[in-house]
Amino acid sequence: MQKLQSRDARSGPLTVYGVVLKSRLLLGTAQYPSPQVLARAVEAAGADVVTVSLRRERARAQEGQRFLELIRELGVRVMPNTAGCRTPKEAIATAHMARELFETSWVKLEVIANDDTLQPDVFGLVEAAAALSRDGFEVFPYTTEDLSTAERLLAAGCEVLMPWAAPIGTGRGLANPYALRSMRNYFPAVPLIIDAGIGAPSHAAAAMEMGYDGVLLNTAVAKARDPVRMATAFRSAVEAGREAYEAGLIEPRDMAAPSTPLAGTPFFDLERRK
Amino acid sequence: MPVGRKPVLDRPARRRVVINGEPVDTTARTLAELLAEAGYAEAKVATARNGVFVAARLRAETMLEHGDLIEVVAPRAGG
Repeated sequence: MQKLQSRDARSGPLTVYGVVLKSRLLLGTAQYPSPQVLARAVEAAGADVVTVSLRRERARAQEGQRFLELIRELGVRVMPNTAGCRTPKEAIATAHMARELFETSWVKLEVIANDDTLQPDVFGLVEAAAALSRDGFEVFPYTTEDLSTAERLLAAGCEVLMPWAAPIGTGRGLANPYALRSMRNYFPAVPLIIDAGIGAPSHAAAAMEMGYDGVLLNTAVAKARDPVRMATAFRSAVEAGREAYEAGLIEPRDMAAPSTPLAGTPFFDLERRK
Repeated sequence: MPVGRKPVLDRPARRRVVINGEPVDTTARTLAELLAEAGYAEAKVATARNGVFVAARLRAETMLEHGDLIEVVAPRAGG
């Protein structure tokens, strides 16, 4: 049982599938105004993992080759996704195609249930995760905050879980902070990365303050007026949130408590004896 | 088979397959031949046939059948 293992969650860098990451901010590569802006945003974010995808290639187009060269120049690790897949079969075939092209066993596994919410089909997700884990993949499942689904994904071989904050592309932040906090507390030893729904650096900081191990986002940076500066802002927020978590936040309380010592307050006795 | 009769297999059979959603009439017998014929010979692509991944090293021995659905994909930006 993962949840019963003890670990000092507050020390050391983020390690996933035996790989130590320098940054806890993972960045998507889609929707940037230009390849140059993408490259500068990745650099500004300090990310050492970026997500990538596969799409149909036109004959004689070589578009894929150009993108691959751009990514290689960034010198970052890639995590191919299975975005748009609706069934385990589609996701499994896509993961295999991605492994061949990107030469990595990492896969950000998405099995999408619904086009409007882009919510994970958790049943298909577990099925695909089990099959891919058996085939030697290192699966990063895009999931919900549901704890029983999380248990199934771990049993299927996943060593990392990536719950959504809110539906992909909405930028709404942590839609269900209570559930995310529960998930963090329930799986203290499992690397948990928030994936999707982050809109503002404060959202990322909030997730990190909760003790999440990392944040993966795309739209909030790519569609900002200045993606490079927004990447910088997210980098600061993720670092601040993590630093705060490691430093240990105070517990909120209902009633006020003076921060300045009461002892020796001038006029203390005079006013209060009336 | 009677001696001296030419097997019909020598005449290239035409079959209709679908590449990335587009119907294509082809005489290619294997996936590798189809990719070359369609202009993907030099491309960095991955393939699937009827929803199942076909590794690059298996394309030359993957025989095509009428109605096959072929996917040819390449790296792209993603979230």
